[in-house]
Amino acid sequence: MEAGAKSEPRDSLIDQELTPAMLAMEIESKLPGATVELEPEQEMMTVNMGPHHPATHGVLRLIVDLEGEVVKDLKPIVGYVHTGIEKSCESMAYWKVIPFVERMDYLSYFFNMQAYCGAVEKLTGLEVPRRAQYLRVLHMELNRLHSHLVWLGTTALDVGAMSVYFYCFRDRDRVLDLFEMSAGQRMHTRYFQIGGVVEDIPSGFERKVREMIESLTRGIGQYEALLDRNEIFLLRTKNIGMVSRERLLELGVTGPLLRASGDAWDLRKEADYLVYDELDFDVPVGTVGDGYDRYRVRLTEMRESLKIIEQCIDGLPEGPWIADDRKYVLPPRSELSTSMESLIHHFKLVTEGFRVAPGEVYNPVESPRGELGCFVVADGSAKPARVHFREPSFVNLQALRDMAIGEYVADLIQTLAMLDPILGGIDR
Amino acid sequence: MPDAPGLELILAGINAEHPGAVLDTSFDRDQPALIVHPDHIREVLIWLRDTEGQGYTFLASVHGADYLPAEPRFAVHYELLNRERYERLRVKALLPDPAAEGDAADGGHGDGLPHIASVVDLFPTAEFQEREVYDFFGVVFDGHPDPRRILMPEDYAGHPQRRDFPIGGEPVIFTRDEATNPGWWN
Repeated sequence: MEAGAKSEPRDSLIDQELTPAMLAMEIESKLPGATVELEPEQEMMTVNMGPHHPATHGVLRLIVDLEGEVVKDLKPIVGYVHTGIEKSCESMAYWKVIPFVERMDYLSYFFNMQAYCGAVEKLTGLEVPRRAQYLRVLHMELNRLHSHLVWLGTTALDVGAMSVYFYCFRDRDRVLDLFEMSAGQRMHTRYFQIGGVVEDIPSGFERKVREMIESLTRGIGQYEALLDRNEIFLLRTKNIGMVSRERLLELGVTGPLLRASGDAWDLRKEADYLVYDELDFDVPVGTVGDGYDRYRVRLTEMRESLKIIEQCIDGLPEGPWIADDRKYVLPPRSELSTSMESLIHHFKLVTEGFRVAPGEVYNPVESPRGELGCFVVADGSAKPARVHFREPSFVNLQALRDMAIGEYVADLIQTLAMLDPILGGIDR
Repeated sequence: MPDAPGLELILAGINAEHPGAVLDTSFDRDQPALIVHPDHIREVLIWLRDTEGQGYTFLASVHGADYLPAEPRFAVHYELLNRERYERLRVKALLPDPAAEGDAADGGHGDGLPHIASVVDLFPTAEFQEREVYDFFGVVFDGHPDPRRILMPEDYAGHPQRRDFPIGGEPVIFTRDEATNPGWWN
């Protein structure tokens, strides 16, 4: 450096961070002709994201290969919250398994229960009464709202919209209030019983549901107003994380992710379970399958869920809410003091449980994240020989690599949030 | 769903091209299943995927099961789905336990674990799920691009979902036990 340049005060850049580009400009201004070649950042860097990272929605670890800021490769490492639920289920009587499977995907417990109870009902040939089917659909759709609200809140938080999080959790609590009213618990309700539901809904439930529908209709409009044309949100989500429909199908991706790429695949329409064929609702689809489409599909699904809930409340048939087969279903509490047979059935069911003839069944349902399947093997005893869950989060996570490669690392956070993985479901 | 006669047609169609590939069919609780020789699992899945009129292109789930004390003991299930007609078909490969039958049954692998061909190149969705089956049942998928454990720690010994794997427990240590059990932290 020249002696004269040393004495000059570096006034213009003294308070700023010196980037290579600014350095080059400064040298160019001080020493005309001395050109500086900037090396492109070609060096590959491997970064470990997680397992304790606020944006991973759980304990997910990602090993990310970066070239500059661009993701070149990605490997998810899971298993940090593996608790061996499937193994534990093998030592439980059939009806004691229900609270276990609820805790797998902790945001869609009603769906886990339906997948499992439906499988056992197929194994035993038990018929679920129509009122119970309506109550199941009602609670599953409430659960879908709850799951999507948590998803929307945390995703908006990840892209920097703090207030949406509070609004979503405010509305989510209204849904949980309903669960508390009908089942006694806010989460992990154990409301579905093999053969029906545990209890009928209490009086006043209908009014509460209608109030919730009204407030949430307004709430969804509020989220749309906050996010739909929000400049930052659009920049963060538009044209990011796109994977073709064919590739998603190869990877086994189902649910809103698949629908966002234009494939109207919804098991509620395709598969024949519960009373979905009697209800009127639409399957929202996206066009290109970027982050914005995923957001729009889920938000529209919430509106459709509200429609289904309203129809369930309007058309709720009268009748029993649990099957009347004393071999599988507990007798009513009032009968125990008067009927010897009821007492015997109650005793047998509580101490031993019921036996299921050997066989195996795979029962898929449409959970908020895609196809949730429960595979149950019965060996003739009172305990299942195998309970396996095909978790949509687990399968969908394989698509994260395809979605993130070639994108910026900041977009990886957004892509992961739009994938909506629940680590309790992935690790089980 | 293919009904019981439809299942027999599928069996005849596959066995005409690959003799001995499908051993049996089962139609239980309205759920059709093909029981397949493990050496022919790839041929059967390719046939079901690519043959005109079948179209089982979507692999919904891969999972394992341990039927102890039945023989053969292990099974790998492939839940196939035809998305046009919404038909599900379970393909089930039964695998004997080489550890119980001596080294001769091992097929020269020398690890005492049952082996089956991987289908990851046919159905990329099987990658995590095959790793999970290996993790919990010790079924090795030959040709898998990343044949590691997935949910259990990498240095874990044994395959915990086998029926003869004991449900153990770790002793829980509390500070209040220090008086009665000095040095409990060791």
